[in-house]
Amino acid sequence: MATVAICGLGGLGSNIAISLARAGIGKLILIDYDRVDITNLHRQQYKANQIGMNKTDALRNNLLEIAPYIELKTYTVRITEDNATELLKDADIICEAFDNAEAKAMLTNLVLETMPDKYLVAASGMAGFGSANTIKTRKAMSRFYLCGDEESDVQSEGSLVSSRVMLCAAHQAHTVLRILAEQFET
Amino acid sequence: MVKINGKELNIAGKTVAEYLATTNYDPKRIAVERNGEIVPKAQYGETVLVDGDSIEVVSFVGGG
Repeated sequence: MATVAICGLGGLGSNIAISLARAGIGKLILIDYDRVDITNLHRQQYKANQIGMNKTDALRNNLLEIAPYIELKTYTVRITEDNATELLKDADIICEAFDNAEAKAMLTNLVLETMPDKYLVAASGMAGFGSANTIKTRKAMSRFYLCGDEESDVQSEGSLVSSRVMLCAAHQAHTVLRILAEQFET
Repeated sequence: MVKINGKELNIAGKTVAEYLATTNYDPKRIAVERNGEIVPKAQYGETVLVDGDSIEVVSFVGGG
């Protein structure tokens, strides 16, 4: 049974989790330190009545409504270089779903440097109203897949649009399924 | 010649850190692969590029 860790439960991570739960992934590890905020509701898979809850707890409830038999492990912590190895030890595939570019790079370097038996599916570049067709998946290194257009920075684009973030999350979730099916990008 | 993100550059003999210093990459937002293997961040200063190396720099942008 495959275990997939999702690091960050925002626009990317909450959508990845729901796609993977619907696809029948046996176990998800969900990690985020944050709480649901009203400004999250336009693109993240939470509800107005969940504002103020830990994202881990809110997403657990939402996933169990969809897939009652899924196994979930949640950690309400900020992922750092010091705790990542312990948090991710049971994962076969790790999804990087942070919003901060430096955190994305930190996790990517850490996984690729210290966890040679795991796959990493990361995301970079999905902000703004750019074309849906520029969101892509590529195999960046042997166990590292990168989804997004690699350009659209939230700081320069000024916004995150639900549909384009969902496209990128769908690329990540689909890449996880393809890795499990041994259908690798070249 | 060293291939960086598909482009041939005449930088053999430089370290990864020396090459990065000539670019606009933010060292806190990148991962560097050399011939298919990750270059650990702590080794940018001592990893010397040689003729025929293939380097891939992945630079992250914000949003998620």
